Amino acid sequence: MNVVLIKYSAGNIQSVLNALERLGINAEVTADLEKIKSADKVIFPGVGEASSAMRSLQENQLDSVIKELKQPVLGICVGMQLLCRHSEENNTDCLGIVPVQIKKFNGVDHHLKVPQVGWNTIFQLQSPLFKNIKEDSYIYNVHSYYAEDSAYTIAKCNYGLNYAAAIQKDNFFGVQFHTEKSAAVGDRIIENFLSI
Amino acid sequence: MLAKRIIPCLDIKDGRTVKGTNFEQLRDAGDPVELGKLYAQQGADELVFLDITATVEKRKTLNELVKRIAHEINIPFTVGGGISAMEDVSVLLQSGADKVSINTAAYKNPKLITEIANTAGSQCVVLAIDTKKEEDGEWYVYLNGGRTKTDTKCFDWAKQAVDLGAGEILLTSMNNDGTKAGFALDITHQLAVNLPIPVIASGGGGKVQHFVDVFEDAKADAALAASIFHFKEIEIPELKQELNNKGIVVRI
Repeated sequence: MNVVLIKYSAGNIQSVLNALERLGINAEVTADLEKIKSADKVIFPGVGEASSAMRSLQENQLDSVIKELKQPVLGICVGMQLLCRHSEENNTDCLGIVPVQIKKFNGVDHHLKVPQVGWNTIFQLQSPLFKNIKEDSYIYNVHSYYAEDSAYTIAKCNYGLNYAAAIQKDNFFGVQFHTEKSAAVGDRIIENFLSI
Repeated sequence: MLAKRIIPCLDIKDGRTVKGTNFEQLRDAGDPVELGKLYAQQGADELVFLDITATVEKRKTLNELVKRIAHEINIPFTVGGGISAMEDVSVLLQSGADKVSINTAAYKNPKLITEIANTAGSQCVVLAIDTKKEEDGEWYVYLNGGRTKTDTKCFDWAKQAVDLGAGEILLTSMNNDGTKAGFALDITHQLAVNLPIPVIASGGGGKVQHFVDVFEDAKADAALAASIFHFKEIEIPELKQELNNKGIVVRI
């Protein structure tokens, strides 16, 4: 199986690559448009700030290529957020593949620390992505922005309010949490994605 | 619900795990990667690796160690000890560390906090504070592994660090460290309830009840300990099970 990780300015690519290696998967990290188009599975990682990440995609013509992909695509963290319509983070227009808004946690109203850092549970799991994952499994989070709950939610998480821990539209999947740092549960979700 | 985190700390010297008591005596506790993997399998929520190697030459081995850790461990980990400049941070993050812990260098050059936060994000900046309660009843910041006292109060420095971009505070009470008599609940509480970022309590954890106290009474977001885990005085699975039994939300 030919798995590629999209290479652009956002971080955590090496961590995702390490996680794949632990599972015995050799993935290629590339910004080559043809290689991305022809891959069996595409992983779209991301850590960092939305507008600069979006700019990096545009500068490398990755934005238009990602939108056209037909194979399974998994966005992780900021990668997931960029699949959505718009982010409140620096008022960024994202790829618009999944019509969902990215908002900032309101720490003051909910008496919460922002960013959310640490392990939280996911529930109402409804996707092959979560095959053999138990309800209320713990996953690792580091984020200040979240995807609003919508018809595209395939897993929820609660941090002051219910939000989309994972989304799906057609062949595009996105997880807010870090599969690559979520111990055995995270490994399982990656394996599930690769067998979709 | 967001879980309280249990974080084993591995002190590293020349590539091996050691643990001092009150920052002094050191005992060998094995290979860092193997120990880290074991803790991850047992349910540790994160790991902290603190490098106490003195010489620059030997610190190069740290990056190789960090790469090994990043390849083999599937939970987040922080690397600290002797980080003095952005270049040190960049190398560690590129090697696969999720976060870096900075202490003395940040106090001497607070702009370092902002520089890391702006370059790599606040989420990877853990500000470590060694603090000691003096006879006047106030907690002061100490530097250089607890050897140098400052006139800065712990809370003031922590608050300033938040404004500069720190993402978490790793708070070590020197009065409590190595005593196994419990965490410093007062200063931990002050930071945990007044700062908008997570506080990791460190120093003094010796019994399950100490962890209960630091989470319930002091409102810590995470608790860190070293030798009690290294020498199996408390094992992580039983610690988390007992915390769960007491109604504290932990990942099991």
